[in-house]
Amino acid sequence: MSTHTLSVLVENSPGVLARVAGLFSRRAYNIDSLAVGPTENPDISRMTIVINVESHSLEQVIRQLDKLVNVIHIAELKLDDSIQAELLLVKISATSKNRFDVDAVLETYGAVIVDEDSESLTIEATGDAAKISDLLNALERFGIRELAQSGLVAIERGSGSLADRTLSTQSIPTADSGQADYQN
Amino acid sequence: MSKKMSGAKSLVQSLESAGVDVMFGIPGGAILPAYDPIFDSSIRHILVRHEQGAGHAATGYAQVTGRVGVCIATSGPGATNLVTPLADAAMDSVPMVAITGQVPSAAIGTDAFQEADIRGITMPFTKHNYLITDPQDIPRAIAEAFYLASSGRPGPVLVDIAKDALQKETDFVWPSQLSLPGYHPQIEPTSQAIKDAAALIAQSSKPVFYVGGGVIKSNASKELMQLAELVGAPVVTTLMALGSFPDSHPQHYGMPGMHGTVGAVTALQKADLLIALGARFDDRVTGKLSTFAVNAKVIHADIDPAEIGKNRFADVPVVGDLKHTIAALIPAVKAEFAKGRADLAPWLASMNKLRATYPLGYDTPKDGSLSPQYVIERISALTGPEAIYVAGVGQHQMWAAQFVKYENPRTWLNSGGLGTMGYAVPAAMGAKVGAPDKIVWAIDGDGCFQMTNQELVTCALNNIPIKVAIINNESLGMVRQWQTLFYEGRYSNTSLESKRIPDFVKLADAMGCVGLTCDRPEDVDAIIKQANSINDQPVVVDFRVFRDAMVWPMVAAGTSNDDIKIAREMAPDWDSQEL
Repeated sequence: MSTHTLSVLVENSPGVLARVAGLFSRRAYNIDSLAVGPTENPDISRMTIVINVESHSLEQVIRQLDKLVNVIHIAELKLDDSIQAELLLVKISATSKNRFDVDAVLETYGAVIVDEDSESLTIEATGDAAKISDLLNALERFGIRELAQSGLVAIERGSGSLADRTLSTQSIPTADSGQADYQN
Repeated sequence: MSKKMSGAKSLVQSLESAGVDVMFGIPGGAILPAYDPIFDSSIRHILVRHEQGAGHAATGYAQVTGRVGVCIATSGPGATNLVTPLADAAMDSVPMVAITGQVPSAAIGTDAFQEADIRGITMPFTKHNYLITDPQDIPRAIAEAFYLASSGRPGPVLVDIAKDALQKETDFVWPSQLSLPGYHPQIEPTSQAIKDAAALIAQSSKPVFYVGGGVIKSNASKELMQLAELVGAPVVTTLMALGSFPDSHPQHYGMPGMHGTVGAVTALQKADLLIALGARFDDRVTGKLSTFAVNAKVIHADIDPAEIGKNRFADVPVVGDLKHTIAALIPAVKAEFAKGRADLAPWLASMNKLRATYPLGYDTPKDGSLSPQYVIERISALTGPEAIYVAGVGQHQMWAAQFVKYENPRTWLNSGGLGTMGYAVPAAMGAKVGAPDKIVWAIDGDGCFQMTNQELVTCALNNIPIKVAIINNESLGMVRQWQTLFYEGRYSNTSLESKRIPDFVKLADAMGCVGLTCDRPEDVDAIIKQANSINDQPVVVDFRVFRDAMVWPMVAAGTSNDDIKIAREMAPDWDSQEL
């Protein structure tokens, strides 16, 4: 099994998430994480899907996804060629006694406090999976009360854009869709 | 150019603009607004007796004509009754558009009367589907639906329309252009793929054409004939491809798969090259996949890139419309052959010997009762290869695949992928509507027939004179065969007793059809001739056949094609064959 990050541009139309999720479910593909959000184009959303597959079937996953009419483009984002990040919100037990230790950890990971009261601190952090996991390990000794974590989002390094390369809007004359008698 | 009209009228004008000449359906509350303009439309609407019948009729019509079949139903149960035909059409790549009414948009999600989320339900087995709540979207959705259904790999598309969208006033504008940014079927194969394929063909000393239903979908029979004769290799046609290459052709080896001929199954197993054209390496063809054609390289040509490499690695993938692909292969192969090619003579000699040694056959029942295979063989012989044959699912389907002689594409219809019992009568109805001048025989089982025979009423009332041969072995025959072979003859719930109840002759009569019965071999020809002579009414013949006849050859499910049996516990005599 290996993990792959797919960046999938989809039409921003009703039901598109159900179509993608349903495809993964009925073809028994394993999703590690899925994040959906808007793009620079209001008609298009980006799904970042992390999947766990045998290497030979990654191609099969991509081809099946590509069959969905609302899926416009699929690209695999390799770790080396992309920025990948998750968002973590975590609530830990914190008192004035351990506050100094907490601050030291947060500084190491570039995390910030976004809410606090007398018993707890809520911390926000972003980063790749390894960083988030290390941060959680470091925070464990303070006592994790609750956490919420987003799926992974990713974007290609450099100035290129998936949308630029793929969104040549090609119109189909309706004459092609007319009925021809095919009997031979 | 826009005109003010109701959404319902816009729907009907859209269907007319898409070229629809016939549709099958049943009205109901949510779709009712559409039925008012249908009343005045040039489109022939055939009122069926069950929505499943409408769906399979649309499929039958599409399979025979190559055009998009259309069915229409109301919300809730009307729509859910279309689920089976939609799944069936998806598995067999049938171009079909289903229109359903939906509860008014304000009621969607409230569990309203006759509400069902048919868009959600049908997502897994439609090529695409729509829920329309704004009447302005109707023409575009219909235009897209017909384009999607009929282009690329064909398939079913559902358009669900809320009742208020049908009732509201709208502008009708038929779109002159469609924009589907995520849909670009590849029609032309790449020249590199064609070159690589041609090179493999020239190197191969044991090639086989593994022909699937895609050849029929792309109307590529003429091209296939040219390529096959150029290469000279054995041709096997799958269950979905029967008729794409003439049975009578000396290169034809019959059908591969679970009930294929020894020649076809073995040719695939022993080949060094499979030229797969519009086929999908289905488990019923490959048997145990890891033991399938282990020494063969694979050229896999299909319009759907997702089929390539799904079940079997392809050495040369060729994505494109088969008519274009095969046409491109012909000059490419000629060019390769001009440089030289492997000698096929030893391969053809051994395969021809094998084919001659193990032709299809059957035992005549010792008790003098009617052999089901004989009945089917005679229907074919007396009706000829211009007729259309439609089967249900089970033993009779396999015998119809084996013993009808097919010479032409679009003359054999069956539910190949989904295996839908009850397909035959409604699909035959649709076929006859699509090809009114052809004789249409539904070869059905007594089990299948009892699932959908109500459409004979539709046939009788609408001048659709199909013929139905019920191969009545008073059993769910294929299940019974498996019980015989794998469950020690414990016939749990497979006896239908349909030689006793119902009385098929009376049932046919009650439905406005001519009912005939036959249980003696010597009467078979006369009864078939009588049925063929009746053209103003549907005909049902109850052929009361030997109960324990079995379908052979057989590759048991999950086993290797190498373990094919020609009769119970009887393998071909491989030792006498030089393979």
